Amino acid sequence: MANAGIGQAVRRREDFRFLTGTGTYTDDIDRPGQVYAHIVRSPHPHAQIRRIDTAAAERASGVLAVFTHDHLAADGVGGLPCGWLVKGKGDKPMVEPPHPVLATGVVRHIGDPVAIVIAATRVQAADAAELVKIDYQMLPVVTSTAEATRPDAPRLHTDAPRNLCYDWELGDKAAVDAAFARAAHTVTLDLVNNRLVANAMEPRAAIGEYDRATGTHTLYTTSQNPHVIRLLMGAFVLHIPEHKLRVVAPDVGGGFGSKIYHYAEEALVTWAAKKVGRPVKWTADRSESFVSDAQGRDHVTSCALALDKDGKFLALRVKTVANMGGYLSTFAPAIPTYLYATLLAGLYATPAIHCEVQAVFTNTVPVDAYRGAGRPEACYLLERLVEKSARQTGIDRAEIRRRNFIPRAAMPYQTPVALQYDSGDFVANMERALKVVDYAGFAARRADSARRGRLRGIGLSTYIEACGIAPSDVAGSLGARAGLYEVAEIRFHPTGSVTVFTGTHQHGQGHETTFAQLVSEKLGIPIENVEIAHGDTAQIPFGMGTYGSRSIAVGGSAIVKAIDKIVAKGKKIAAHILEVAERDIEFKDGKFQVAGTDKAMSMGEVAFAAYVPHNYPLKELEPGLDETAFYDPKNFTFPNGCHICEVEVDRETGVVDIARFIAIDDFGTVINPMIVEGQVHGGLVQGIGQALVENCVYDGASGQLLTGSYNDYCMPRADDVPSFQVETNESAPCTHNPLGVKGCGEAGTIGAGAAVMNAVVDALATVGVTEIDMPATPHNVWRALKNAKT
Amino acid sequence: MYDFNYRKATSADDAVKTVTSASEGKFMSGGMTLIPTLKQRLAKPSDVVDLATVPGLAGISVSGKMLVIGAMTRHAVVNGSADVKKAIPALAKLAGLIGDPQVRNRGTIGGSVANSDPAADYPAAVIGLGATIHTNKRTIAADSYFKGIFETALEAGELITKFEFPIPDRAGYMKFPNPASRYAVVGVFVAKTGGTVRVGVTGAGPCAFRVPEMEKALAANFAPAAVEAIKVSPNGLNSDIHASAEYRAHLVTVMAKRAVAEAAG
Repeated sequence: MANAGIGQAVRRREDFRFLTGTGTYTDDIDRPGQVYAHIVRSPHPHAQIRRIDTAAAERASGVLAVFTHDHLAADGVGGLPCGWLVKGKGDKPMVEPPHPVLATGVVRHIGDPVAIVIAATRVQAADAAELVKIDYQMLPVVTSTAEATRPDAPRLHTDAPRNLCYDWELGDKAAVDAAFARAAHTVTLDLVNNRLVANAMEPRAAIGEYDRATGTHTLYTTSQNPHVIRLLMGAFVLHIPEHKLRVVAPDVGGGFGSKIYHYAEEALVTWAAKKVGRPVKWTADRSESFVSDAQGRDHVTSCALALDKDGKFLALRVKTVANMGGYLSTFAPAIPTYLYATLLAGLYATPAIHCEVQAVFTNTVPVDAYRGAGRPEACYLLERLVEKSARQTGIDRAEIRRRNFIPRAAMPYQTPVALQYDSGDFVANMERALKVVDYAGFAARRADSARRGRLRGIGLSTYIEACGIAPSDVAGSLGARAGLYEVAEIRFHPTGSVTVFTGTHQHGQGHETTFAQLVSEKLGIPIENVEIAHGDTAQIPFGMGTYGSRSIAVGGSAIVKAIDKIVAKGKKIAAHILEVAERDIEFKDGKFQVAGTDKAMSMGEVAFAAYVPHNYPLKELEPGLDETAFYDPKNFTFPNGCHICEVEVDRETGVVDIARFIAIDDFGTVINPMIVEGQVHGGLVQGIGQALVENCVYDGASGQLLTGSYNDYCMPRADDVPSFQVETNESAPCTHNPLGVKGCGEAGTIGAGAAVMNAVVDALATVGVTEIDMPATPHNVWRALKNAKT
Repeated sequence: MYDFNYRKATSADDAVKTVTSASEGKFMSGGMTLIPTLKQRLAKPSDVVDLATVPGLAGISVSGKMLVIGAMTRHAVVNGSADVKKAIPALAKLAGLIGDPQVRNRGTIGGSVANSDPAADYPAAVIGLGATIHTNKRTIAADSYFKGIFETALEAGELITKFEFPIPDRAGYMKFPNPASRYAVVGVFVAKTGGTVRVGVTGAGPCAFRVPEMEKALAANFAPAAVEAIKVSPNGLNSDIHASAEYRAHLVTVMAKRAVAEAAG
C-alpha cells in the first residue's frame, strides 16, 4: 500500500492491454449476424437536396436496406438535441435550428449525413453507397467566422438571421468603458484562434443491436460518457426508455472532447438494427473523421486591456465571434460563453471585464469542446495581451504579471466574471518557472542564438481553468440541461476484493490505475484487490462521464464519499463482532481497531462477515457491503500554472524550433505523478500543435475542406517538440473537495499556445514583426518577416 | 478499395505483358502511393502487377564512375548501403529523408521516379546527378525524363529497370519538408563533377527541374555565396496552403545554398 497509494508513480495497469494490442475497442467487437453501415455524406458545403434515388443501391449485391430522412421521419425519430441553452443579451434564447439525424431538404456542411446503406460486408456497403444518386442544387457558401454575419452572407437556417445563434455578454460594460476612459495605457489586439480537428487515435465507431426477445437495444460506441448518450438518444431521438437501452463505451482510443457528443451515427445504427433485424456496425475511416467529428476552437477576437500608469490592469474588453459550424453540436453553445468568458480574469485582479460573444452558423463541420474547450481561447488572448502590454509599457513581462496577480492571501477570490477561485499561489508558480528557465540568463542565450544566425524569443503564459465540472445548480442556472455530479459504487465481494463502478470513463487517462490507488489507500487494501469498472450503462449507476478534467475532482470525490459510507458501516459490523461500542472503533490502515487495544478486524474480515452474516447485527443492519454515492461539487476546481517557452527562429526559412519548455502546474493533490506528467506532456503537445502546425482550413470560395487528411492537416510529431521540464506545486490544494484535487487533463493545452506564440512574437519583434496568428508555420513566419522588411 | 486482379510478375517481360494485356493494368513496386490511392477509391485498376517477385530488379553496385541502383531497391536499402554512402553520400541521406521507416522499407526508387510526384525526393537526385534511366525498352537521360506533374517520358507499359548515377566529386541535398506530409516543399540536390555543376530541384515546380543560372555560378565558384543572391522566378511554381510560389522560389535559393554548404563541407 505504501508503494501504491496516493502520490505514488504506479505503472498504469491499462498499459499492458493498450500497448500489446489486446484492448477491446468498439471496432474489435463483432456481434453474431452483424452487418455493416456506410454513411452517404454530402460532398458539398451547402446545397439543396432535390431528389434522392436509392433504387440502384437497394438492388446492389449484399444490400439489406438504404434509409434516408423520410424513413426516420416515418418512425418519429427526433433530431439531435443540444444540451445547453444559452440566453443572449436581453435574455433572448439562442437560435436552435433543427439538427436532423439524416439531412432533409438542405445539406449544410461537407460530411453532412444524407443516407445510410446497410449491407452484408463493409465493402458491399461502400460499393452500394456509390449508387445512391443525390440531385443537389448548389447554394452559396459561407465558411468564414468573420464573414458569417455580413448582410450579404448566405443564410444557413431560416430562423437564424445573419447566421447568428446568439449575441451574448458577460460582465460590467459601463465599468469597463469608464476604466478605459481614464486609462494611462490602452493595449489592443486582434487575433484568430484557429480551428482544429480533434483527431483521436481511434476513429469513431458504433454498433447497434436489438434483442427481439427482450425488446432491448444495445449501442456500443466510442463515447466519453455512455450514460449521457443513453439519456440524449433514448429520450430525444429514438424514444427508447432507459431500461430498454444499454450503451457500452468499451476501450476508447482518445477523445479530447470529440467523443462527448451524441452523433447521428449512434442513433442510426441503433435504429437501423431493429429495422433490419441484425446488429449494424459503422466504423469511420480517417477521411470521414475529418468531416464528421466535432471540431474545435475557431474564434475571431478583438480585445483590449486598460492599464494605469504603473501597469496595473484596470479593465479588459473582449469581442469574439465563435463559429458553431453548420448545426449545434451537443455542448457547443456553452463553450465560447461559460467555459470562455468566465475565465477572462485569468490570474489577475482586473477589476472590470466585459465580454461579448456572437456565435455564428457557417457551412463547416460543427464545432464543440476540444481539450480545454473555451479556456485555451481565453488564456490565449489574455496572455498575448499581457505580453503585449509589457512590450508597450516597457515593464518586464514577469514584473507586469507580479503587479497584477491575485495574491494567495486574497483567496477565496471573486472575479468580475462569475467564478470564485478557491486556491492557488500564482506568484510562487511563476517565480519557480522563472528560476527553472533561468530568466536572468535569457539575454546570454539570445546572444548565443544570434551568433548562430537565429532569432531567440522567450514567452510566458500563466493560466487558470475552471475544471471539476460542475456544481449542478450553477450549471443549471447557466443553461445546462443536465446535472453534472458524478457517481461511484463500491461493491465489496465476500472475500474482501472490491469492484468500483464509476460514472466517469477513461479513454487513455489511466483512471483504472489512479482510482485504484485512491481506493487502495483509503480502504487499506492491496491495489491488486481493486477493480475499476466503467463504460457500461447496464453495470454502472447513472453518471456523467469524462470531460473538462473532471474525473478525479468529481468522480474521485464520489468514490471517497462511497468509501466513507463503507467505513461507517464497517465500524458498526466490527463493533458488533468485537463486542464494543461503535464509537470505540477506529478505522486505520485497513483495520477496524478497538481504540487503545490490539483487538481488530481487517477490512476483508468485515466484508466477509457482511456477506456471511452468521455473527452480525441483523436487527439493525442490512447484510452486504455495497455503497453508492453521488457527489455534486460545491465549486469548480481551479488548476493553474505558469508555462515558459523559448524558441529559435530560422530567419531564412521561417522555421520555429522550441528550444525549451517549462511548465509549473498546480493541480492540487497529485495521486499518480507519472500519469499526471503524461497528461501534461500530451496537453502541451496539443497546445504546441495549435500554435505551430495545426490548422483546419476551408476554401473560402468553394467551401471545400482543404485539410481533409494528414497530408495537409499537420499533427504535431515527437520531433516537433522538445523534452519538457515539468513540475507540480501541491502547496495550495483545492479547498472544497475531499482529496484536494483539481484535475490535470487539459492544463497543458490551455497554457502552451500563448507561451509559444509569445516566444515567437518576442523573437520576431527584434526584427520588426509585432503580431502573428497561430499557427506560426514556416510559411506564415516567413511572410511576417517579409512584410516587416518592406 | 475496389476489387482488382492481383498478379505476381515472374520477370520484367512478364510484368510488361500482363500490364499491357489488362484492360487497365498498373505496375506496383513498393505500393506506397498506389495502395493509399486504391484505399481511397481514387483509382480503379483492373489488374495490379506486383514487381516484388521479379528477380534482378533490386540491388546496388558500383561500376567504374557509375553507381547503379536497381529499380526495386527500397529507400531503406539505399539509405543504409555502404556503396551509396561511399560513392554519393548525399543520395544515401536523401533516401533516409523519405517518408517514415515503414515507407522507407517498402517504397522503391523506381516507383518514386516512375510516379514523379512533384514533391518526391528522388527526382531531385536524378536530375541533379544527371542519371540515366534504364527501362525495358531503352535508356532515357534525366534531362528528358520529367515532363510535368505526374508525367514522365515513360510510355504505356514501359518499366524502369535501373538507374545509373554518375559519381560526382561532391554532392549535397537539402530538403524543406512539408510540416504535415513531410514530402519536399522544396528539395535541392547539388552535384559537382570536375568543372561541371548540376542543380536539381524538386517540390517547387510541377516536376523536377534544373537551375542553369545557379549551375553556372557554382561552376565558377562552388561556394554557398555563389548562389545566395540568385533568385528563382515564382512563375509556374506550385502554390498551396503550405507554401506560396514566392515562398517556394525563396526556399530554392536557401536550400541550394545549404546544399552547397553541405557538399563543400
